[in-house]
Amino acid sequence: MKYIVAIIRPERLDAVKRELQKIEVSRLTVSSVSGYGAQKGHLEIYRAMEYEANLLEKIKLEIAVNDEFLKPTIEAIKTGAKGSEGYVGSGKIFVLPLENVIRIRTNETGPEAI
Amino acid sequence: MAINAADTAWVLISSALVLLMLPGLALFYGGLVQRKNVLSSMMHSFVAMGVMAVEWVIIGYSLAFGEGNWFVGGLGNAFLRGIDASSVTGSIPTYAFIAFQGMFAIITPALISGAIVGRVKFKSYIAFIALWGLIVYAPVCHWVWGGGFLTGEALDFAGGTVVHITAGLSSLAILAFLGKRRGYGVDSLKPHNVTLTLLGAGLLWFGWFGFNAGSALAANETAAVAFITTLVAPATAGLAWMILEWHHLKYPTALGFSTGVLAGLVAITPAAGFVTPMAAIPIGIIASFICFEAVAIKAKLGYDDSLDAFGVHGVGGITGALLTGVYASVGSTGLLLGNSSQLMIQFEGVVLTIVYAVAGTLLIGFVLQKTIGLKVSESEENIGLDKTQHGEAAYNL
Repeated sequence: MKYIVAIIRPERLDAVKRELQKIEVSRLTVSSVSGYGAQKGHLEIYRAMEYEANLLEKIKLEIAVNDEFLKPTIEAIKTGAKGSEGYVGSGKIFVLPLENVIRIRTNETGPEAI
Repeated sequence: MAINAADTAWVLISSALVLLMLPGLALFYGGLVQRKNVLSSMMHSFVAMGVMAVEWVIIGYSLAFGEGNWFVGGLGNAFLRGIDASSVTGSIPTYAFIAFQGMFAIITPALISGAIVGRVKFKSYIAFIALWGLIVYAPVCHWVWGGGFLTGEALDFAGGTVVHITAGLSSLAILAFLGKRRGYGVDSLKPHNVTLTLLGAGLLWFGWFGFNAGSALAANETAAVAFITTLVAPATAGLAWMILEWHHLKYPTALGFSTGVLAGLVAITPAAGFVTPMAAIPIGIIASFICFEAVAIKAKLGYDDSLDAFGVHGVGGITGALLTGVYASVGSTGLLLGNSSQLMIQFEGVVLTIVYAVAGTLLIGFVLQKTIGLKVSESEENIGLDKTQHGEAAYNL
């Protein structure tokens, strides 16, 4: 089992969701986050004071998958998140080992619980 | 005629009420856009208070209300020449009249911004509203209210034609150049905060009492007629929209109710002082039905009038202008009292305004497209206009 964490552009969320639905990955947690990587932030101005605002709005996806779903899930996220944009800031995908999963309602554990 | 203190006080208060509709509109529109575009949408309303007010006193008032020909006023009152503190219009100081009419010149182009949120360059928006105020608004205002060829012919109590039809149809026309938001019809471009929108709708209604009842230009029985119809029509229209949604879409939404209220406000605007409170009820219901269908058909036709500036102001304005010709009974007569010619005149006013507003907007859009451009780049649109056009964000960590 793997735990996938992906950071993507907010406007690509719907496209990524569509790609994930195509491969029947239907369990997903989404949060609105801020951060920065290679894509530099913008200068922001409040009452004539300049602030370097290097935090950009991003979307964080968290998906737990069984091993056979790992590759297609990564491909789906890549396809959805890249779009037609060629500029920096498309995001990253992190893959983490996942020790166990417990479904609270049924007490199932491991791969069936995903 | 001498200055009447009560009339003056009412028009001054009404002017301030109409100006309050700008922050109302800003909230109404701001809540409906994505969070990355909220300040840019609100700024469209706010900057209109700057641009249009200055333009109005320099030249707009003269083009709309100055001595001129059938089509447009002259430049005789440019820079408010020939007017001083003792000048009188009707029973109020001319300065009060200019200020009151100026508020209308401010809000009308701001209404258009609802169609083009999230993708218009800020500098192009400023150029657009400034040119539109001179080329479209001032002439139509002159036709209907300023001594032009429709003055005293077409009934437009507070701006169904001058304000809502011009703005609504121009909203549709400018889309010829601005197209859709990226992801429209594919991705969800949901409203980011409907509570702001409801607050905005409330402020718009509040301000609209000044807009309509103030248009009597006096503290008299006509103002009271306009005031009560401005209560009844939006109330009815809000309920009608809510019932339509409940029936068709299973839920009576808050956004739907407030949209109905707005449709009712738009539709009663041309009729406000000419109809009875009982006539305001069918006007509200009919306007709500027609605007509901107009908004629903948008998705099928595939154009992105993002916040329904055309669907509510254009369609509601046309409906109201025509219904004024049907229900007019206070100080005028409409179809129901056997005066069918009034409806024909209303129809003529509507058609001429539509043709002129669309043509004028297409011309301005074409020129801006060829010069400074209208639409932001793909990456600017993705990041959002708050950051890329204004260098600020509405919500910070």
